[in-house]
Amino acid sequence: MYGKKVKLRFLFLSLILISAILSVFLILQSLKENVVYFQSPSEIKSLIEISKKKIRVGGMVKEESINIDANKINFVITDFANEINVTYSGAIPNLFEEGKGVVAEGFLKDRNYFLATKILAKHDENYMPPEVKEAVGVK
Amino acid sequence: MLANQIGYYSLFIGLLFSFLLCAFSIKDFNNNNKGVNQNIFTLSFLQLTFVIVSFLSLIVSFINSDFSNETVFNNSHSTKPLFYKISGTWGNHEGSLLLWLLVLTLFIFLFLIKSTQEPKKYRILTLLFQQIIIIGFFLFVLMTSNPFNYLFPIPNEGLGLNPILQDPALAIHPPILYLGYVGSSIIFSSSLAAVTQNYISKEWAQHIKKWVLVSWIFLSIGIMLGSIWAYYELGWGGFWFWDPVENVSLMPWLTLTALLHCILVLERRVALTSWVVILSITTFTLSMCGTFLVRSGLLNSVHTFANDPARGIFILTFLFVLIFLSLGIFFLFHKENNKNSNSFFWLSKETSVLINNWFMMYFLSVVLIGTIYPIFLDVISGEKISVGPPFYHKLIAPFLVLFLIFMALSPKLKWIKSKIENKNALLMIFLISVGLTFIIIKNLTTDLLFYTILISSAFFLFFTTIKELIFIKFNNISQTIAHFGFSLLILSILFNGILSSETITNIKVGEKYNYKNGEIFFEKIEERKESNFNSIVGYFKITDTNGKVVQLKPELRVYNQPAIITSEADIKTTLLKDNFLVMNLVKGNKYFNIRYQVKPFMLWIWISVLLLSLGGLTSLFKKKYEK
Repeated sequence: MYGKKVKLRFLFLSLILISAILSVFLILQSLKENVVYFQSPSEIKSLIEISKKKIRVGGMVKEESINIDANKINFVITDFANEINVTYSGAIPNLFEEGKGVVAEGFLKDRNYFLATKILAKHDENYMPPEVKEAVGVK
Repeated sequence: MLANQIGYYSLFIGLLFSFLLCAFSIKDFNNNNKGVNQNIFTLSFLQLTFVIVSFLSLIVSFINSDFSNETVFNNSHSTKPLFYKISGTWGNHEGSLLLWLLVLTLFIFLFLIKSTQEPKKYRILTLLFQQIIIIGFFLFVLMTSNPFNYLFPIPNEGLGLNPILQDPALAIHPPILYLGYVGSSIIFSSSLAAVTQNYISKEWAQHIKKWVLVSWIFLSIGIMLGSIWAYYELGWGGFWFWDPVENVSLMPWLTLTALLHCILVLERRVALTSWVVILSITTFTLSMCGTFLVRSGLLNSVHTFANDPARGIFILTFLFVLIFLSLGIFFLFHKENNKNSNSFFWLSKETSVLINNWFMMYFLSVVLIGTIYPIFLDVISGEKISVGPPFYHKLIAPFLVLFLIFMALSPKLKWIKSKIENKNALLMIFLISVGLTFIIIKNLTTDLLFYTILISSAFFLFFTTIKELIFIKFNNISQTIAHFGFSLLILSILFNGILSSETITNIKVGEKYNYKNGEIFFEKIEERKESNFNSIVGYFKITDTNGKVVQLKPELRVYNQPAIITSEADIKTTLLKDNFLVMNLVKGNKYFNIRYQVKPFMLWIWISVLLLSLGGLTSLFKKKYEK
C-alpha cells in the first residue's frame, strides 16, 4: 500500500517516539525515588508519620547548643518556633556557627531527633539559603 | 574616574556601531558587488575596538581600586593582590557580561575575516543575526547591569571579592568557558543564515566544523577548570557534584558533542540537515539558559551572588525572542534536501552517528530534568526539593555501558554500507577486558556484577583505541585520541570512585588519631599574616600501615574583607593518587574538624579531559578529511 521508504520512515519515527517515551518514563520514575525534600523544624513537629526517606532540615543553629567530642557533633536547629536535636559525624563546612543558618541532610529518628549525614556548605556570610530564610520567617 | 567614563561611553558607541552594521549589511545585501563591502569590516573592527576599550577601562578601574565605580566597590578591595584585582573584573555579574560582549564581537569579526571563501549573502546574514544577539547583550548590560555605575560620596574601601573566588583556576575559568559558550553563538547565527540561503551543504559543513571544534575545545577545558577549582577549593574532595551550575555547563557540551558528530555526516553525505540546524539552535539556547539560570538567582548555588529579578526577566524575554525567531526562520525557510537519497543502511557510519546522538539526547534529558524539575516544583507547589547524585548515577550508568561499546565499534564502520571486520580480534579484546576487570575488582567492591559490566565496557573502548593508536591510522587520529581520552576519563572516574577512602574526625592540637589504614598526628598550628588575610596552618603527619609518611599542611584563612573564613585543602598529588586533607574550626571550640582522603587517579581525570580536547585540536589542524 505504501512505498518502502514511507514504511521505513514510519518505523524510524515510531522507534524514536518509543525510546523517547521510555526514557522520560524512566527519568520521572527515578526522580520520584531520589528527590530529597526540605522541611523546617515546625513542619517536622506536625508530621503525622515519620518517613524513612532522606530529608533536609534547615534553620538556625541555636545559640550555645553546639557540643563537640572526638566522634560527633551535637547541636540544635531552630526556626524560633520549634527546634530539633541533631547528631552528626562528618565534615563541617566553614560557616557552621552558632546563630547562623544551616541545612542538614539525613534521617529523622523521631520528631525531636535528627541523624545528619551531611551538612551543606554555604559560601557567603551574608547569604542565607532561601529555604532557611523562609523557614525562619525572615523577609 | 576618567576610565569609568571612557568605558561607559565606549559601550554606547559600540551599540551605535551595531545599528550602523545592521543598516550597512541590509544595504549591501541587495547590492550585486561580489565581496562584502569593505566598510562592514571596518565597522565590525571599530565595534570590537570600542568593546575592548570599555573592558580595558573596567580593568584599569579595578587595578586603581577606583571605588567611585559601583562594580569595583562591590567586588574589590585595596589590599587584594594585583592578580585578583584583575581577575575580579570578570568574577562578578557586570564584568562577566562585558566579557560575553567582548567575545561576541571578537568572534563575529574573526568570522568575517575567516569566511572570505563563503557566499556573500550568507556572510552578511550571519553578521546580521549575530548583531541581533549583540544588540540584545548591549541593552542588557546598559539597562540592567551597567558595570560603570557611579557612586557618590566615594567610599574609602571596597567590599572585597569573595575569597573562594580568589584563586588562579577560577581566574581563567570564566573566560575559557565563555569562549565555548559564545562560540556557539556563531554556530547559531551561521546555521540560521545558511537555512535562509538554502546553503546547508558540504561546503558549509566543512567551514562551520572549525567553529564547532573551537567552541567544543574551550567548553571542555572550561568545564574541567571549574571542576579542578571545586575539587581543591570547596573542600569536599569531589570533582563533580551534579550541582545545577555544573549541569548548566554540561548541557551545551552534550549538544555540542552531538553536533560535532552530526556535522561529519553532513560533510560526507549531505544528510541530517534539519537535525544539524536544530542542534545548533539548541546549543546556543542552552548556553543562554546557562547564563539566565546562573545570573537570575533561580539557582541557589556557589555562583549566585547577585539576585535581581529585572535581570532574569530581561534574559528570559530575550531568550524567548531568540528561540521564536530561530524556530520561525527554520520552519519558513528550511527545505528538505531531496537531491541525495536520505535512506541509511542499518550498518554504516551514518547510523552510528545517529546512535551517538540518541545517547547524547538521552543524557541531555536526564541532566535537564534533574536540573529544572526542582525549580518547576517550587514554582508550582512551593515544595522544596533537591535532586542528588544518585539520580544521575542510576540513570546514566546503565546507558554508559552501551554507549562505550558503541563508541569502540562505530569508528570501524564505513560510510554508506559497511560490515564488521576483524570480528575475532574485537571479540578477543572484549574477552580480555572482561577478564582483566574481573581480576582487578574481584576483591574491591561488593557490587561486583554492576562494576564488572561497566568497567569492562570502558576497558573495551580503552584497548580498541590503544590498538588503533599503536597501528597508527592517521586518517582518524583525532577521533581515536578523543575516544581514548574518554575511555581513560571513565576508567579514572570509576576507579577513583571505588578506591577512594575517607576519614573524618574531630581532633585537638597535639593529639593522635588512629584510623583504619594508619595514624594521623596533629603536630602543631602556626599563624601567618598576609596582606588580605590571616591564616592558621595546621601541621599534620600521616603514617599509613605500610609506614609511609605524608606531611600535609591545610590552612584556615580568615579574610579581612569580606570577613569570611575559608579552608584551603592541602593536596599531595602523585601519578597514582592524591592525598587530600582539609580542616575546619568551629567557633569557641578546641576541636578541629578534619577530613582526610586518599583519592587514586585524580590526576588522570584531568589528563584525560586534556586528551579529549587534544583530539579536537588535531582535527582542527588537520588539512582535510581524507578517506
